[in-house]
Amino acid sequence: MLQARASQSVNAEADENKERYIGVYRWMLLSRVLEEKLSSLYRGGKITGGVFLGRGQEALSASLGTALRKGDIFAPLIRDMAGRLAFGETVLNAVRTYLGSRLGPMRGRDGNIHRGEPARGYYAMISHLGAMVSSVAGGLFARRLRGETGVVGATCVGEGATSTGSFHEGLNMAAVEKLPLVVIVANNQYAYSTVNARQYACADLVQRAAGYGVPGYKIDGTDPSACIEVVHEAVARARAGEGPQMVVADLLRLVGHGEHDDFNYMSHALKVSPIGRDSLDVARDQLTAAGWATLAQLDAMRDQAAAEVEEACGTAIREPLPDPNTEDWCAIHTRRLAEGNQL
Amino acid sequence: MFQNQPTTRASAAITYLEAIRAAQHKLLTDDPRVFIYGQDIADFGGAFKATKGLAKEFPGRVLDSPISEDAQVGMAIGAAIEGMRPIIEMQFADFSTCGYTQIVQHAATLHWRTGVPCPIVIRLPSGGTAGAGPFHSQSMEALYAHYPGIVVMTPATVEDAYTMLLEAVEIDDPVIFCEHKYLYYHLKADALPTVALPTGKARVARPGRDATIATYSAMVHESLACAAELAKEGWEIEVIDLRSVKPLDTDTILASVSRTGRLLAVGEAFPWGGVTAEIVARVATEGFDLLDAPPMRLNAKDTPVPYHPNLWGTHRPTATSIVAAMRRLLKA
Repeated sequence: MLQARASQSVNAEADENKERYIGVYRWMLLSRVLEEKLSSLYRGGKITGGVFLGRGQEALSASLGTALRKGDIFAPLIRDMAGRLAFGETVLNAVRTYLGSRLGPMRGRDGNIHRGEPARGYYAMISHLGAMVSSVAGGLFARRLRGETGVVGATCVGEGATSTGSFHEGLNMAAVEKLPLVVIVANNQYAYSTVNARQYACADLVQRAAGYGVPGYKIDGTDPSACIEVVHEAVARARAGEGPQMVVADLLRLVGHGEHDDFNYMSHALKVSPIGRDSLDVARDQLTAAGWATLAQLDAMRDQAAAEVEEACGTAIREPLPDPNTEDWCAIHTRRLAEGNQL
Repeated sequence: MFQNQPTTRASAAITYLEAIRAAQHKLLTDDPRVFIYGQDIADFGGAFKATKGLAKEFPGRVLDSPISEDAQVGMAIGAAIEGMRPIIEMQFADFSTCGYTQIVQHAATLHWRTGVPCPIVIRLPSGGTAGAGPFHSQSMEALYAHYPGIVVMTPATVEDAYTMLLEAVEIDDPVIFCEHKYLYYHLKADALPTVALPTGKARVARPGRDATIATYSAMVHESLACAAELAKEGWEIEVIDLRSVKPLDTDTILASVSRTGRLLAVGEAFPWGGVTAEIVARVATEGFDLLDAPPMRLNAKDTPVPYHPNLWGTHRPTATSIVAAMRRLLKA
């Protein structure tokens, strides 16, 4: 009897893991398919401004996006398409921002990865790296002042951002306040073109967690099952009141900094090293090896994602663009204090 | 000669600094969204005691921050997104450059980019005092006014220090509140006001017909002393207290210049660009025909703010140097 119960619970846990993994994979795949489309739109001249892809970072990003709940706070960085979608951004709103649609969340006023919907906790990053760490902490501080519990805030940075003063100030301040903040560091080996040896001198960035007095986790960012397990645990600990958590994932950016960058400086040695793996390939292998999905099922998921992306692009490309003549050229909310624009 | 004698009244009870503390007390009392975050502001009460006793009376809402101006402002932005009304105290205006990115890149752009307002107030203890030196004396208003999306207040009176800080917290946009350290203790009023001009409206601090001085913050008092000195010779100098430099009340300046025909813009900040340059540019472009003489500017010298009183007293404009400038303008 006891044995039967135990085995039922093992089965239930296995089912839960399977469901969670497939959920993560779905966002990874949707992100990849969407970004491939954005890349081709960019190459076709349909997108003005930069296109920055998360290729190689999908497992990490989707793990975070699925660990967060509605009502949490999330400030993604430039390679977090998967996390953004998992946190509730629609494919349509993502595409609208790239195409400059007036109906998108940024209305043509800002583009690409700077998008967000802060009214629902999805903060819009600025380009100044590390800046969102303290802002997410501030959002969490506000929630705590209002007596809300069980909320988590998360932000993503790369190894480059860990060199900024903003990152240091933000994480230190969050640690002092013991806020439920999760900081994900995607150590993708390149900050634009700068290699790690020119970025930091400690043996491993996860060592820095101890300096802030926060738990640090180290993972292989190309391994989806490790990403899911560790990121979900870090988020759960923050939610349980254990203060800030810092996760460092080793992986390789599989594309240039942006689509304008041919990445001719990429190290072949890194490409053929374990962190050069594509997490989507790893996920396919893990899912099929566990018997959780067949290749045919995974292919069907890709077709479904492609259809969703095509539909969103077809919609967004027909939408109205911003119009300088009807644009509201007022930068402040308190209109009576607007200076007006000089001729 | 006037620099140690700003406008004071013998029977006065409330200082400019006390007005700022009183405004924050009222805000914390009336509005549960308000909290204050800054260095040494909790039990210690702040470097200037602008938050004295508030941490005890409002536990959990007046908090010491690490020495992290960038994170202080970033934190306020996040809290504002979530509906709070944070007040950030910079220990000295000079140190706000460490938080400049968050202020001008993040707070100032948030509403325009996302449609979500960013109601934060950043208090900058501004301007020079004798002995304070290069890093505890600066006037930063132009640096912030330059950016779209920010309101910059520069109160010159006890009354404005109180009512404008109350209004600053109500405003749905980032407000840089430049409170002048020299006025903290020197300036006194009998009572806190109950009514106020709205932000964006300048005040005629002293009416006159011969020339206009457009100025703000501590320089209002130096300019009033200049006007009093020249009145002995029969000159009637009009002094405009701008109250806020963004928005800048161009209409009131132009109306004054239309009466006087002469303009001297006075500011304590460094001379390159800045508020006085903006005033002169606006009057020259929008009111050139009103002018009987070329408009003039008087600012601090183009060096860092010096430490020793002998140098500092000459570095910034004073009643003496404003009188000298005004004599040139009146002869022009």
